This record gives sequence, structure tokens and C-alpha cells, in this order.
Amino acid sequence: MVGKGAMSNSIEELADTDYLLVLGSNTTETHPVIALRMKKAVRKGAKLTVVDPRKIELTRWATRHMQPKIGTDIALLNAMCHVIIKEGLYDQSYIDSKTEGFDGLAAHLDMYTPEYAARVTGVPAQDIIDTAREYAEASPKAAVCYTLGITEHSCGSHNVQAVSNLAMLCGNFGKPSAGVNPLRGQNNVQGASDMGALPTDLPGYQKVERPGVREKFEAAWGFPLPKRRGITKITALDQMLRGRVKALYVMGENSIASDAHANHTRRAIEACEFVVVQDIFLTDTAELADVVLPAAAFAESEGTFANSERRVQRVRQAVAPPGEAREDWRILLDLFEAMGYPQTMTTASEVWDEIASVAPILAGISYERLDTEGGIQWPCPTPDHPGTMYLHKEEFETGGGIPGFFAPVDHIAPAEEPDEEYPYVLTTGRRRSTYHTGTQTGRAEGFELLVPHEWAEISPQDAEYLGVEDEEVIEVATRRGVVTVHAKVTDRSPAGTIFMSFAFPESTMTNVLTSDAYDFITETPEFKACAVKVTKLAVAEMAVPAAD
Amino acid sequence: MDATTQSSTVSEALLEVNGTPVPYSEGGRVLGALREAGYDVPTLCYESRLDPQGTCRMCLVDVEVDGRVTQVASCTAFQQPGMKVTTHSDELKQYRRTILDMLLSETGPQAECPKCLSFKTCDFHSATDEYEADAGWLKPIAPRAKALDPNPFIQRDYDFCIGCFRCTNVCNDWEMAGAITVDGRSQNSKIFSFFDNELLQSPCTFCGQCINTCPTGALTDKKIVGKTVAEKLERTKTICPYCGVGCGIQLLTQDGELKGSEPDFTAPSQGSLCVKGQFGSWDFVKSADRLTTPLIRKNGELQPASWDEAISLVASKFEHYKDTDGPDSLVLWASARVTSESNYLMQKFARVAVGTNNIDNCSRT
Repeated sequence: MVGKGAMSNSIEELADTDYLLVLGSNTTETHPVIALRMKKAVRKGAKLTVVDPRKIELTRWATRHMQPKIGTDIALLNAMCHVIIKEGLYDQSYIDSKTEGFDGLAAHLDMYTPEYAARVTGVPAQDIIDTAREYAEASPKAAVCYTLGITEHSCGSHNVQAVSNLAMLCGNFGKPSAGVNPLRGQNNVQGASDMGALPTDLPGYQKVERPGVREKFEAAWGFPLPKRRGITKITALDQMLRGRVKALYVMGENSIASDAHANHTRRAIEACEFVVVQDIFLTDTAELADVVLPAAAFAESEGTFANSERRVQRVRQAVAPPGEAREDWRILLDLFEAMGYPQTMTTASEVWDEIASVAPILAGISYERLDTEGGIQWPCPTPDHPGTMYLHKEEFETGGGIPGFFAPVDHIAPAEEPDEEYPYVLTTGRRRSTYHTGTQTGRAEGFELLVPHEWAEISPQDAEYLGVEDEEVIEVATRRGVVTVHAKVTDRSPAGTIFMSFAFPESTMTNVLTSDAYDFITETPEFKACAVKVTKLAVAEMAVPAAD
Repeated sequence: MDATTQSSTVSEALLEVNGTPVPYSEGGRVLGALREAGYDVPTLCYESRLDPQGTCRMCLVDVEVDGRVTQVASCTAFQQPGMKVTTHSDELKQYRRTILDMLLSETGPQAECPKCLSFKTCDFHSATDEYEADAGWLKPIAPRAKALDPNPFIQRDYDFCIGCFRCTNVCNDWEMAGAITVDGRSQNSKIFSFFDNELLQSPCTFCGQCINTCPTGALTDKKIVGKTVAEKLERTKTICPYCGVGCGIQLLTQDGELKGSEPDFTAPSQGSLCVKGQFGSWDFVKSADRLTTPLIRKNGELQPASWDEAISLVASKFEHYKDTDGPDSLVLWASARVTSESNYLMQKFARVAVGTNNIDNCSRT
């Protein structure tokens, strides 16, 4: 494993790479502006291999499209590593000086022949061999990009490990236009983690339970701090249902519509005795609250967002918040005060200065610099540090740093596989013009003409078999829930696969369907695979038992 | 390298622009040298992110190499050591003015230019003002016809089209969307989508790059054109509120009210946006559904309350659970949507005021 949950390299560098391996990322729709750099690279001669079960738009620019069965990425990646090891295409000097565990990995991968992987994934063995050779040949100027198609599986953290093994084998770290690049889904998902809004980490990825860390923060903040790590969202939901968690405070998140297995999320939040939701709209989640606090939107706030490439950028207030709505950080300062812990900060800039004083990776960043220089990429340890375009450069140049460890991983099938009763696989994601749970794009004029309602994308073969017409309203059901939705007959979906977004929760609450399985390390839910059945609505209505 | 930037390689060799010495930049274009020297010429077909075309002829300059003088388009011509560049001779100024006169004679009246009226003086009319262009001596030619297109985002007033083709180039070369192209030749040329169809039926993704590169009022943001006054508009640089790319945007406000957004070309995203950042990043903020007052559940219903009441209720409840069930009976969820400063304060609040590490965000969901 190498690095943190951020792109090792920068968006702009992608345009100069020689090889792009894009896994589980519908980039042209979910990160359209990053896709531009990919297209630019292709135009300049780079090869692009897209690994995605669906025939996504990016395949139009791809030199190869591999369509593995959903949830078989590890088999595919392991087989690529197998080929690279068997054919001696790896970077010996990088492995010797920067990594540990190569021999163990090589032995482990012995069984992952391309032929074996072909049986598991459905991808032709020759495609796997060719991709492995091309990736190795282009290294160390070969970049891997992935999105939630890799992480939102019950084997998500192992998927990431398999990606990391591949990149380390070919020495793709610490160099420009290379690396492993998770493309982050939300405007400040990077910043939220950077700030230590994590049960295990204090600001700047300093571990709560690492000796000395808590003491450092106790000294900086002047109060004793809790010793043990906290609980993740997934664990919290379980503990709400068990009555161990009594109160919940949610800021800026519509958990019911965005989290997997929505009925479970709803039951858990309802089980809390006291719920506070701070948001800009009365979301599905806010409707369950005991207290709702009206927050300012981005256009009404001062602050920063950190993007996918670790770039901290200024957010500036353009208009005043409506009515009595207030910036989130101001509300929090009031709560500090009311709880008897008054803070001295009075502006967003002063909050940032405190952040910089406790998080070494951000220590060199100030509003003054952001205003004059523009966004700065962490790590930026000192005021004269220019910021970091790609990670591990110094370790690479100086021979220092912590070695990356090759952790062997095995193929793990999705927790719920299709069977006779639920014969299709549902995978979820976003579309270009409808964002997340639709609270924003759903209120943007004109967008209704682009995607008018939720679509269950279904292959022409499956539609024909079921007798479903384009735009016909169908019923999609799993063991956890059922929704009605318009069918979209398209060859983007391979046979056996249904795709839906979750942007129209008021009419189609997609996440009542999604799986209750999650990755056992990160506790990220398996949004990308669950078993569903699809029924024509007329048939579904007839199937309702009579009243007697 | 785009035509306006100089390479960073230090060179001993020089060239001269209007007598001012400028370091020679290998592979650099003449346009870059003259801007380096502090001069400027209008550039209507040129856009820094695209390959230079040299078709509008506005950036024409005299260059003298080995005693021979030629006229070249400075956006396409390469620099040479010892080159002497003249940018504003009477002949060149007259030449530019004549081109602008002709372009004025085939476009709609400046007083009706949608960009000049609603956004800011467009590049084309800035040039016609600077060169005091006047089409009075020319027989007017019927402008290109407006496109009747029902899409909700892009207004296509081709009566202001000057045929620079930046829109088709940005669509095909930068976005690689391939939604529009040029049909016909010369004055009969026009911007065309497949089968002359509506943009909603084309591969257009409504990224809005065409309206942002257009140097005239031919392409504008339909959601706001006509609803703003150029002189009253204010622009605030900030970051798009959608995905993790973090594209730079400028929010447009007038009299304290949000009106729209434009790309921030100075940001690392280089002016790129998608449909969300271009057309969907601001009107949700103005939605009538916004929460405007704290709400407290009373008798099963959420009812308006004062901030004081809401804050003291939350604080006292948190105190209660902290004291009776322990700090770990509370859970806080921060947000990938709000600023880092707010996330920082929420985790600090959880740890310091509540006394729990039960703080998480949606990066796993």
C-alpha cells in the first residue's frame, strides 16, 4: 500500500502520460473536466484502456475496452501482475529500493494466469496479456485512474491494493504523469478527510491512536481528548439500532438518499433519540430531525475546498445567505460557546490559520497565498514551499521514505450474486447532468430536459426477453426494497446488468435497493453490485395478493 | 506551448518589437513576443488553449528578417532571433480597421449585441471600438440567420457570428465532443450540428465552452442573457460546488443577487467546466426551498424557532447525553459538500466539546 486517499499525481499531468488505465470510472460523465485531459493524452498518442462492465462514453476514445463481470477486478489486476512478473517486465530497481514483499506476491500470483482470470472475469486472456505488456512498456509514464467502481465493493480496499501492486511493480510512483489516481466524487470530500473528519484521524491524517499524536493536539487545543478511535458511519447505524448511539448531528448530508440500503439508514436515524441536521434544504434526512439548522450554501460562504489532486482552493462569498441561514463554521462556533468551550476564531481565515498550525501537510498554506498564487497542492509544509504536484518525488530522488508493501490479495465475489429469483446485477453511479441525490441539479432550471427522471438502463437483449420498451415504467426489486422506474434500453448496459443513478429520490429511491454489504476495512458499502429482479409493472400489479 | 507564452529556456538571442528588445523563445510565436514586450493586437480567431489558426488576420504584423519585410499573422508565425516586429504602423492599423469594418457590415448592430449588453463588452466590439471601425462606407450584407433552437442553455444569435470558428474548434479539439461543425463556405458558412438539428439531439453535452470562447454575442448563456446589465455585473472567483475536480468558476451577481456563473480561466482547470458548473451551479442557491430559519420539532411537527432557542436546545441535549450515556453515545457526520474550515470545526467540536472520536464523513458512502 502506498500513500493516502488522494491522487498521487495531478490532473494536468494526465494529458502528458503515455498510458492510461481507467478502472471503474465513468470519467466523461462523473469527472468531465478530468476526462478532457484523458482525451488530450489520447490525441497526443497515449494508449487508453478502459476497464468497465458498461460500455461507457469514454470507450469511444479507448484503444481497448475490457468488460469484466462486475466485481472481478482483482482477478483481472492480479493476472496483469502475473504476466508482468512471468515475462520479467517489472522495474527491478524500483522493487529493490522502494518495496517489500515482492517474492511473496510473485508466489501468490502464480495461480492468477490470464486464462484463469478470463474464466472469472469474462475478459479474453489475450486482452489481459496485451494490456499488461503495454502498461509495463509505457511505465514509468503510465497512470492508473479509478473511481468508486473500484472502492464501492465489499472487496474495495483489496481492489485498491491490487491496483497499487500493479503500479508498484512497474515503478509508477514518484514520477510525473504516472501513479495511482482515485478521482474523488464530491467538491470537498478530500478536504473533509484532510480536516480529520474521520474516526481514526486528527487533522492532516495524524492517527488518533498513534503515540504522541493525541498529546500534541491536547497541547494545541488546551483540552483533554478521547483516547480511542471513534466509529464509522456504518457502525454508527448499527449502534443506533442497538440503542447505544442516542444522538446524531449531521452537517450537509442527505444520508437517507445517498447511503446504501436506505430503509436501514432511515430505521437507524429514527431510532436515535435526538437528531440535529444542518443543511441548506429540508432533505429526506432533515425531515427526520428534532432540530434543523439552516446553513449557508457555497456561494454564501468563505472558506476552502480541497480537490482530487490535493489542491486547496479558495471559496468566496458572492451573496449573503437567505433569511437567518448562517455559514456552517459560524454555527459550530456558537455551539462551542453554548457548550462552554468558546473559541477565539472569528473569521474563516483565522480558522484556516489554526488548521495550518496543527496539520503539517498544510502548514505552508495561508489565505494570503491562496489569494495571490491560486490553489496550492498539499503537502505544503512551509510558507516558501510551492506545493506538491506528485507524491513520493523526494523519496524517489533521495532513496528515503517508507517502502511500499506488496500485499497479495485474492478475488472475492460480490456479497450478493444474481440467482434464479434475483437474476440481474444492479450497479449504481452518477450521470453528467444529475448530481448525487439531486438536491442541487434537481433545482437547476433546464436540467430536466437532459435527464427527465431516473432511468434503469437495461440491455436490448434483456429488454426484449422481458418485453420491456424504452421509457416503460418497470419495477426493480431486491431483497431489501422495491422501486418503480423508467426503463432506458441501451447497449451501454451489458446483458444481465442494470444501471441506475440515485438522483431522483423523491420518485425513485434507488438506495432502498442497494446492498447492505460493505468493505470490512474501510466500511464502504457495496453500491456497485447487488442482485435485482426486473418486472413489467402490469405484471407486478397483478402479482399483488388479493385483499382477502 | 500556446502562442502567447514564452518558453522558460533562457536564451541569449533577442528579437525586437517596435524597438523594444525581447528574449527569443525557441518554438515561441510572434504573438507571445509582442505581448512580452507590452504590446497587444486584437485576436479574434485565437484562443490560447487551441492551435492557432491565423484566419481572422487581426493579429497581422510586419516582421523584418535579414532585411526583408513580410506581413504575418503573429499567432501562427514563429519567432526568429534578430527578427524586428512592427505592430502598429499606419498601414497595419488601417488594415485591421478595414477588416473590422467589413465584419461590422455583416453582423447585427453593436447596440443589440447580447454579450455586450448582458455580460461584458465582447472581444469583437472591443476591437471595433479601439479601431473606431465604421461600416458606413460598405454595402451591408444580410447577417447569418439566428438559430431557432429550443435547448435551455445556449442562445445562438448567428447574426453576430463573424465566422472565427472558435466555437467549432473548442467543441472538436478541446472538448472533443464533436457536436458542431462548419457548413458552407465564406459568407454562406454557418455553424451546423448534425442534420442541422437541435443541440438537444446532438452529441452536445452543454459544457458551455462555445459560449465562453465566442468573441462576439453570437453564443451566450440563455439562462441569463437579457436578465443582466453588463455594467452592473460583479464577478466573484470561487470553486464549483459539484464534483472533486474543483474547477474554478466566477459567480455573477447584480445588486446583491446571484445571476449566473462563468468559468475562471485563471484557475488550474483552465476555463473548462461541464454542464453542472456552467449552467447548474447557482440557481439552486436561490431556490425558494432554502431553509431560512432554524426549526425545532414541537408536537411532532418541525416549527420555526430562533437561533438562540435552537442552539441552546442542541447544546443542552448534547450535554445531557454526554453526562448520562457518555460522549460516545453521540455521533457527528461532517460533510464532503461544505468547506474545510467547517469540517475542521465540526471534528474539533466532536473531540473537544463532546469528547468523542465518533466523527465521520461521506467519503466511504
